[in-house]
Amino acid sequence: MVKSNSNVIQRESVVVKFVGDSGDGMQLSGTLFSDTAAMAGLDLATFPDYPAEIRAPHNTIAGVSGFQVHVGTRKIETTGDLCDVLVAMNPASVKSNLKWAKPGATLIVDENAFDAPALKKSGYTENPLDTDAFSGYNVVKAPITQLTREAVAGMGIDTKSADRSKNMFALGMIYHLFGWDLDTTNKFFEKKFKSQPLVVEANKRVLQAGFNYAETVEALSSVYQLTRAKMEPGIYRNITGNIATAWGFLAAAERSGRPLFLGSYPITPATDILIELARHKSLGAKVFQAEDEIAGICSAIGASYTGSLALTTTSGPGLSLKSEAIGLAVITELPLVIVNVQRGGPSTGLPTKSEQSDLYQALFGRNGECPAIVMAASTSANCFYYAYMAAKLSMEHMTPVILLTDGYLGNGSQLFRIPKVADLPAINPPIAAANDPDYKPYRRNPETLARKWALPGTAGLRHRIGGLEKEDVFGNVSTDPLNHQKMVDLRAAKVQKVAEFIPKQEVEGDEEGDILVVTWGGTHGPAQEAVEQLRADGKKVSHAHFHYIMPLPSNTAEIFSKFKTILVCELNSGQFANYLKMTNYGPNYRQFNKVQGLPFTVAELKKTIHQMLEEK
Amino acid sequence: MINPGNYTVERSSVELSKEDFVSDQMVKWCPGCGAHAILSSVANVFPKLGYRKENIMMVSGIGCSSRFPYYVNTYGIHGIHGRAAAISSGVKIANPHLSVWMTTGDGDSLAIGGNHFIHIIRRNIDINILLFNNQIYGLTKGQYSPTTPMGSVTKTSPMGTIEHPFNPGELVMGAQGTFFARVVDTNPRLMTEVMFEAARHDGTSVIEILQNCVIFADKTHDSITGKEVRDDRQIVLRNGFPMIFGKEKNKGIRLNGTRLEVVTIGEKGITEKDILVHDMYERDPGIHLMLAKMSYPNFPVALGVIRSANYPTYDDLVMEQIDYAKAHSNIKNVDDLLNSGETWEIK
Repeated sequence: MVKSNSNVIQRESVVVKFVGDSGDGMQLSGTLFSDTAAMAGLDLATFPDYPAEIRAPHNTIAGVSGFQVHVGTRKIETTGDLCDVLVAMNPASVKSNLKWAKPGATLIVDENAFDAPALKKSGYTENPLDTDAFSGYNVVKAPITQLTREAVAGMGIDTKSADRSKNMFALGMIYHLFGWDLDTTNKFFEKKFKSQPLVVEANKRVLQAGFNYAETVEALSSVYQLTRAKMEPGIYRNITGNIATAWGFLAAAERSGRPLFLGSYPITPATDILIELARHKSLGAKVFQAEDEIAGICSAIGASYTGSLALTTTSGPGLSLKSEAIGLAVITELPLVIVNVQRGGPSTGLPTKSEQSDLYQALFGRNGECPAIVMAASTSANCFYYAYMAAKLSMEHMTPVILLTDGYLGNGSQLFRIPKVADLPAINPPIAAANDPDYKPYRRNPETLARKWALPGTAGLRHRIGGLEKEDVFGNVSTDPLNHQKMVDLRAAKVQKVAEFIPKQEVEGDEEGDILVVTWGGTHGPAQEAVEQLRADGKKVSHAHFHYIMPLPSNTAEIFSKFKTILVCELNSGQFANYLKMTNYGPNYRQFNKVQGLPFTVAELKKTIHQMLEEK
Repeated sequence: MINPGNYTVERSSVELSKEDFVSDQMVKWCPGCGAHAILSSVANVFPKLGYRKENIMMVSGIGCSSRFPYYVNTYGIHGIHGRAAAISSGVKIANPHLSVWMTTGDGDSLAIGGNHFIHIIRRNIDINILLFNNQIYGLTKGQYSPTTPMGSVTKTSPMGTIEHPFNPGELVMGAQGTFFARVVDTNPRLMTEVMFEAARHDGTSVIEILQNCVIFADKTHDSITGKEVRDDRQIVLRNGFPMIFGKEKNKGIRLNGTRLEVVTIGEKGITEKDILVHDMYERDPGIHLMLAKMSYPNFPVALGVIRSANYPTYDDLVMEQIDYAKAHSNIKNVDDLLNSGETWEIK
């Protein structure tokens, strides 16, 4: 496929970012690019970066929508700090994204879009293409709009419709840059526009035209060559964190034999879990789009009582609304998984940006002594596994679980090695048997302290539960002071006992050293890469990434005791760090925090760790 | 259309009695509270529904009304304030084989839970709602509620309330309710009858029970329920029968133009033929709404089943979609799902 006269650049990984006006189809270009990369055998991670508005004013910075893809021949842990190739469809998108391009990056722009009104709206006083504004970059000024229109000329397509294919012209250029063929994308057109042959043909022509055009461009004469990534053998697919979360729950429902019920209210960036589960009625999933966040969780509590794997999905402000009902699930000791796809806060905050600032809320945001399991996924793909485990722990331990992901994980995608449901850990909910003479609503299994799940319809187990304090064992309403103390202690002990059932905390790197970098949630990738690079330089740095937060893995204190400094890095002002301090796992804490609605970059983490090492 | 029979509540193979539903908990309502009469009616109704006792479930929110589930031996959840409708929705959707009964009050369902109340009705989920309307907040000791008559002096309205009260029937029909009935706590026989009708109705059934709070709003319904006046100030609607009321059984409701009016049979040439005949099954809610809105002193207050219209229920439609999807989808299990769409093998 690679043309004979081109220079080949061997690379381990390449970051491509597509940016344009909302509606320019950047999300689609990015998705099609990742699918083709996956077909070419590369590992990858993607990150869509879009504005909160559906169509912000045309050609403004507010309306810029982006999609970043990191592809590589090695394990891809991040979506990449800075991009090697920036495809920008208008002046506003280049203006707002040039800072994310590496020095010397290839910058492909649609020169037709740099007209006076667009320049003005983006805040350029003169056309940067006519100045040396981009002198540090490998600039490709392509007449994308014009050539797109020419490619479909004579097909009877109006200009407006033709312009909608501009993104495919740019994509064709990128395929040339990677030496990839157009088959995967052409097949997509055939499937997507099955009933519109004209649209299929137009898109194919434009994609090919972009590809052919790239061949003639001097600045694109070097092409990337990435060998196939070395990945564990198996069947793979591309998956976003939100879809992986939905599927993890479907797998848990099937494996546990408990029907799935989701009560949820649409909220960015969690809505895709609701949408995805609504598609799977053939698997018996019952999805209730409630009138509000509170009804979402309360309907799930009702469903849980009847024996469903009950779920509610939301993002930060929605979790606030659910607080009281989480308390009901805690005191009734019913299984329930609450997914919080975190976004920037407080209040409405930054709905389409990601951060980790809801940890306090997950741990403590309820009235009374109200413990729940808190856990967090760390990659888009492992959202599947942690959703599965959240469901398992919730049902086996009869307690609500708050599963934290974030917008970055939820919307981002990764390659996912498809498991077999039968290979996943067994799930054994403690369902009470009919006419069990020993059944009492709050009698507990001494190993887990979980009570039994007695399902309506079962003979001999009629009982009432509710939000008033319950008498130990019998479950009657009780205001007895010592009983209250006992129940508070039991509920806490039940959650703490979960530590005996979760994996021990692992350390990536040596088990002792100068600095242990501690992270949780969606920051695993950049921290891991930063630590690896420092270790390659001989630094005594290791990394511990937490998936289980409440309770913490039982060996946490032991691990921490072997490092001089514990450096907690998180996208908030120090919530996990304070939680660790509070739980007294070792003395020497340092923090690195960022609350900008952006992920960590490997570079900034590396710099921080390096500085701390120098201080010694 | 709906396929009745598939998702109905399992029948009991043995005859049940009141004793089957007696709970071991002490009933802690005030002596003389109207709730006692409601409990006694429920205890009469449940054994006669014909359902397995394990397939009856009670759900409540917060308030005096909401202690109810503790006093009946069924499966039950005492929920949180205002959320009984949302909890019930989850129960019924998750297990359509349960007969779900919800007890709630004017504060629980019309104030803090107003949103859930209108939406459960709009969706027509098959739940029987007993709405205890005592026009006051009892458990928090006497603040006005969304049904307290305007001008009432309560602890939080020392100079009289300045809020327009809800008429629950009007709210139910505004939310496209398919079943609305009204009873008074002093008429257990009617209450029992209406509960059977509610159970029989597929969809959300709302029974407004005009209940007396002896402590904080005593005699609030006396202008309608008082022994001396009730025959003239109440009309018990019976399906298929003319709307006649009064001590002398000579008053009736007539449609005059687009409005209802009270007429006297035998006066001004009015005969029984002029009197409206109640049709609770009529889908058009026009007359039902006018009946629900009738109030003293211009009209008698309508009691009995005012509306019982047949529409598909949400819970049946959920199961229909699931059955259809199961029969027609290629994705039969999660392994199918995981391997659907674009996948590739790495060796």
